[in-house]
Amino acid sequence: MIALTGVSRVFGARAVVSNVSLKVEAGTILTIVGTSGSGKTTLLRMINRLVEPSAGTVRIAGRDIRDVPPHILRRGIGYAIQGHGLFPHRTVAENIAVVPRLLGWDRRRIAARVDALLALFHLDPGAYRDRFPAALSGGEQQRIGVARALAAEPPVLLMDEPFGALDPIIRGQAQADLLAIQRRTGTTVVLVTHDMDEALHLGDRIAVMDRGRLVQEAAPAALIGAPATDFVRALLGRGDRAFQLMALSVVDDLVEPGPAPGEPIPAGTSVRAALAESLWSQRPALPVSRDGVLLGRVTRTALEAQGARP
Amino acid sequence: MGEPFATRMRPGPDARPAGRILAGLDPMGTVFAGLLSLSLLALPLMIERPNRIAAGTSLMAWSALPAAAALAVLGIVGFAAALLTLRVAPSVRLAAGASALLLLGLAAGWAADHLTPPGDRYSRVSPDAGWWLAFVVAGLAAGDGLARLRPGPGTRIAALAAVTVLAGLALRSGFWDNLSIMREYAGHSDTFGREVRIHIGLALSSVTVAALIGIPAAILARPVPALRRTLLGFLNILQTIPSMALFGMLIAPLAWIGRSVPGAAELGIAGIGPAPALVALSAYALLPVAAATVAGLDAVPGPVRDAAQGVGMTGRQRLFQVDLPLALPALLTGIRIVLVQNIGLAVIAGLVGGGGLGVFVFQGISQNAGDLVLLGALPTVALASGSAVLLDAAIAVSRGRGAERAP
Repeated sequence: MIALTGVSRVFGARAVVSNVSLKVEAGTILTIVGTSGSGKTTLLRMINRLVEPSAGTVRIAGRDIRDVPPHILRRGIGYAIQGHGLFPHRTVAENIAVVPRLLGWDRRRIAARVDALLALFHLDPGAYRDRFPAALSGGEQQRIGVARALAAEPPVLLMDEPFGALDPIIRGQAQADLLAIQRRTGTTVVLVTHDMDEALHLGDRIAVMDRGRLVQEAAPAALIGAPATDFVRALLGRGDRAFQLMALSVVDDLVEPGPAPGEPIPAGTSVRAALAESLWSQRPALPVSRDGVLLGRVTRTALEAQGARP
Repeated sequence: MGEPFATRMRPGPDARPAGRILAGLDPMGTVFAGLLSLSLLALPLMIERPNRIAAGTSLMAWSALPAAAALAVLGIVGFAAALLTLRVAPSVRLAAGASALLLLGLAAGWAADHLTPPGDRYSRVSPDAGWWLAFVVAGLAAGDGLARLRPGPGTRIAALAAVTVLAGLALRSGFWDNLSIMREYAGHSDTFGREVRIHIGLALSSVTVAALIGIPAAILARPVPALRRTLLGFLNILQTIPSMALFGMLIAPLAWIGRSVPGAAELGIAGIGPAPALVALSAYALLPVAAATVAGLDAVPGPVRDAAQGVGMTGRQRLFQVDLPLALPALLTGIRIVLVQNIGLAVIAGLVGGGGLGVFVFQGISQNAGDLVLLGALPTVALASGSAVLLDAAIAVSRGRGAERAP
């Protein structure tokens, strides 16, 4: 879907991004992770031509993005940023409708799309449509920011630290919402973050940037199992590797027949959470259910095996 | 039985009578009341002269007014002053200030009628220091009360309209006709209306010219640091040239244009007259307008700017849909400053044959007739204050959308 080939960006004498090649498959999430100054945001901004590459090409769906005028290109790419960037003089509905209006959608179609998006983000359209951004909480503003990015149903969504300004609880909810919506719409997402846990949680693939270079691009489990450089290892943190790995998979695949005591856990529970529950409640095996139907049990031994180096 | 010990012995200023009285006073209102009392009891209210330029006799309130009127003025203004010292509601403060203003207006008319011998057309009666001080203080008190009410833009415009209508009615009724300034008006009534129109025209057109040049120049120069420094630096220097010097500098080039460019003279371009006045006033308005535009655009938040570009707005769409609407309050503040400034500065136009209310000011100075100066100065002050109120309301409206906070 998105292909970067030998992309570099030089500001003055400084190479902010040097020679990065990457592919993002359609319908997947790529997270770009790195410290500040690693060039991750510049890399993202080259995909919608907010920054022009000094060298290399960017293709979206096979087409070189230099063949499209920048403002036309950007109307086809969703863009959500930290601090949301909502227009303070426009209502929530007007903010969400920005891109559809630029694309010349008719009034009724825009109104229907605004209401559908508000509902998708668990906001009552009647109560929120005519409010101004200043009258919203931080979490609500962030949701409207993402809703605006998705308004014209773009095939590609770029997100620059979209959850950076949120507190941990709202942040977790926003991440879950994004995953659910991405799964439903099949949007290709490129998300920049400095938080490795967020990158592991959201990304189908993870690209690690260090001083302008792409040092590793891999699936989460592969990244945890075989960090390519000391920098990647440092980003992952020293002692938590086993738990990071366990957080990536769910208990669904580990279910075996047999009885176990106590409350069942849902099949969608992460291995890490299931192990914690097993330790906390002192049960060597836990019953597993899906939609209230008992599937079997998962043992602590099976859970522990998931933390082993791949 | 009785209050608990702790309550009775509570320390602090409330426990002492002097402290309690002080705590009940309004600091600003007390100053107003003191100045009002000083102006009416210690300073002369009116001045009476046998003719237009002769030396006059200052009269205290009780000598300038008939006994009943003097009692009414001193009594009501005194009561208003007493109210202002207390911590009373803003609406009461407004009413106290407004009634003091009203009584002063009546006092001026009553005194003029009282002091002018019947049929006399040469003697002059004018307000003296006490009246002016009281008038300014009462105006401040009324304005303070109004400001504490936090009126919306609509209320402010309504208040301005009410004051204008009231003053207009009083002027037309002939109630003040025996006052010296109204006698000056009677002597110049044939040209007064024209000069007011020229004055307003000069101020409005110079601000329009400055906006048409200054706003686009600021928009274009702002993103380029070198250009922006040059523009603001140049306008800064322009601002420091004294207005008289600027007129002098303009005489030669404008006279040359009037002589050499075909059709220029027909448009009124000449070394003296309205052309140099308009050019100079526009030049003085440029810096505040351009600086306000730059400041307003600078204040647009970075993420908003970034988002506008990121969603695919063109440069023009970003300017007209995001940057300018968000910069509008700052921009209007700049316009307000230059409009008020240029209504005042336009007086200078009277000196170079440009017309306007300055004509009366400079005639009055040359004839040593203070009241003719006032005939030019007072309408100028009224115009400037009125336009300030109107533009403040416009600024409040431009801020309104999106400024509301979560409950």
